[in-house]
Amino acid sequence: MKVNKRTFDAVIVGAGGAGLRAALQLSEAGLKTAVLTKVFPTRSHTVAAQGGVAASLGNSEEDHWHWHMYDTVKGSDWLGDQDAIEFMCRKANEVVIELEHYGMPFDRLDNGKIYQRPFGGHMSNFGEKPVRRSCAAADRTGHAMLHALYQRNVRANTQFFVEWMALDLIRDQDGDVLGVTALEMETGEITIFHAKATLFATGGAGRIYYSSTNAFINTGDGLGMAARAGIPLEDMEFWQFHPTGVSGAGVLITEGVRGEGGILRNSSGERFMERYAPNAKDLASRDVVSRAMTTEIKEGRGCGPNKDYVLLDITHLDPKVIMSRLPGIREISIQFAGVDPIKEPIPVVPTCHYQMGGIPTNYTGRVVIPQGSDPEVVVPGFYAAGECACASVHGANRLGTNSLLDLLVFGKASGEAVIEDFKKMPKAHKELPKDAADLSLARINRLNTQTNGESVHEVQLAMRRVMQEHAGVFRFGDMLKQGVEKIMQIAERAARTEIKDKSQVFNTARVEALELDNLIEVAKATMVSAEGRKESRGAHVRDDAPDTPEFPNGRNDKEWLKHTLWYRDGNRLAYKPVHFQPLTVEPIELKKRAY
Amino acid sequence: MDEWERRLRWHCRRGMLEMDLLLQRFLDRYLATLTSDERGALEDLLKYDDIELTAFLNGRRECPDPRFASLLERIRGL
Ligand SMILES: Cc1cc2nc3c(=O)[nH]c(=O)nc-3n(C[C@H](O)[C@H](O)[C@H](O)COP(=O)(O)OP(=O)(O)OC[C@H]3O[C@@H](n4cnc5c(N)ncnc54)[C@H](O)[C@@H]3O)c2cc1C
Repeated sequence: MKVNKRTFDAVIVGAGGAGLRAALQLSEAGLKTAVLTKVFPTRSHTVAAQGGVAASLGNSEEDHWHWHMYDTVKGSDWLGDQDAIEFMCRKANEVVIELEHYGMPFDRLDNGKIYQRPFGGHMSNFGEKPVRRSCAAADRTGHAMLHALYQRNVRANTQFFVEWMALDLIRDQDGDVLGVTALEMETGEITIFHAKATLFATGGAGRIYYSSTNAFINTGDGLGMAARAGIPLEDMEFWQFHPTGVSGAGVLITEGVRGEGGILRNSSGERFMERYAPNAKDLASRDVVSRAMTTEIKEGRGCGPNKDYVLLDITHLDPKVIMSRLPGIREISIQFAGVDPIKEPIPVVPTCHYQMGGIPTNYTGRVVIPQGSDPEVVVPGFYAAGECACASVHGANRLGTNSLLDLLVFGKASGEAVIEDFKKMPKAHKELPKDAADLSLARINRLNTQTNGESVHEVQLAMRRVMQEHAGVFRFGDMLKQGVEKIMQIAERAARTEIKDKSQVFNTARVEALELDNLIEVAKATMVSAEGRKESRGAHVRDDAPDTPEFPNGRNDKEWLKHTLWYRDGNRLAYKPVHFQPLTVEPIELKKRAY
Repeated sequence: MDEWERRLRWHCRRGMLEMDLLLQRFLDRYLATLTSDERGALEDLLKYDDIELTAFLNGRRECPDPRFASLLERIRGL
């Protein structure tokens, strides 16, 4: 098969918030920059973000980056790196105001300043009381952000390659990164993008779960590419879940439904929350509800043919109340669950929402990996930002509105890092290894010649079910152990997928098979890392690591205050220290996380 | 699947899960039955952003082009 070659100063994979922000930095500095994206930039998943972006502007009431930093460290359950968190919170005002200058239509106060609203976990004066820190553009913050950044990139002459899928990272014998291989969907041809800097901004991998709020495109391609190239993935056991998504579909049912009197029931119709939270019942906090739902399902009291969901019942409510107080819920249930909630209960499960882990970077966006006794050596030529990266600012649990901030701050910082490194690089590109495209060609060739293989759809479904059942929102030691075995078996099946359609032009079956290669790496990383961490922390909650006086919330700082690294090669784990030292202030000392 | 259809399926990959799900189901149910006018209209409809499509579908905004009305009705799938 013929391989084309193109040369750029920098290649960015991904055109969501993080990729666009990084690209802007590079193009405006005059670097010849290519941005590859599977879909049109403004259709990236960032478009789904509605809540807002955090910055301690203090427009509505007093606020300070140091308070924001405190909230973020606490939210992360002390697994976040405090240097990166200080960096992000200090830079927040600057990147938000820049975005305003790019034309982002933020909601405004009468005095013309950006309007700010409260959001869970954001407090003033080191955890004292809620503060208004979230900046939004109506309920379309992500959409407005993508448009503002895209327009600006067009002006700066960023070169977009739309409907191009990056396949593999190119690393030479020294371990330096020299670009990527990519598939042009329109022609089916393979091209090498040779670059001095390669920046991943490929977003999250929420599609590894059966029930996920993520769009179909979130297949963790950047993580899969990194893992295949020998880069470890960091803290992949940490995923944020929402208690009530429509089972299988993943569309969220607002918590307001329980507020209006919705009741959770198991297969025998029992209102099971009465057993788990006798007082608050169905209004108990998110984690208590998620845990109860998971326990019911695990103990065989789930509903449906696979006994894998519970029911959210509002049939006892007056239809008029449903229509007036819960607008949209009836439409969502009919559209995505196929039931009219006035007559029948809605099938729901805890639903995956956000990936805290990712490709390990430092706070400048440079990818770092262990080498010899140094846990964090820069991989020359390789950078990452956004949900695919782990800087790590979210640690074991992300605060709402901090991820859009992460995109802006680390998108920009990684761009600046590229520009800085560029000054020290020789004029000529480093020579490509002879086998630069071999891995990608072998993958494509295998797909073209596989016989008696597995169906992509079936393997994907099996993977998603195993992840949901064994590494969901609430975890059990025995289930995780079995989960590791099961996911390794599914990985073997994923290596034998077969596609019937061998055509070249817009072969979406091929694209989906290639995406599955990435999903399965993320699934393995998640399962193995979760099995490995024998404590509860943030979003990783284990039944066998409960809340005790010695280990509040099940957290064991003596043994587990460290980042996980999963290596694809050998399917093994390693650990590295958390950065407890911020850049300029005193560390935020360990405490029990309570709100 | 012909080339047009494969391309169209990819253009139904969206940034928002709700749109992915609705469009996927629409394609599975109706794609084979579309007239050539409807095929053209569908291609154009997909050029809208997810936010706009969502607004058309949940009735928060009126779709400016009557060509799309019956497609939107089927995509809504109520
Ligand atoms: C429903 C929902 C609501 C949310 N609301 C908020 C909120 O209010 N506030 C907040 O802070 N966060 C929110 N989040 C989280 C936040 O939206 C995401 O973390 C963030 O948008 C991720 O941005 P990104 O730039 O990293 O990736 P994305 O926006 O996902 O972009 C990824 C890009 O990579 C490209 N890509 C991927 N793989 C390849 C490949 N192989 N080749 C070429 N291109 C590729 C894609 O085409 C795309 O352009 C929300 C998330 C969800 C699911």
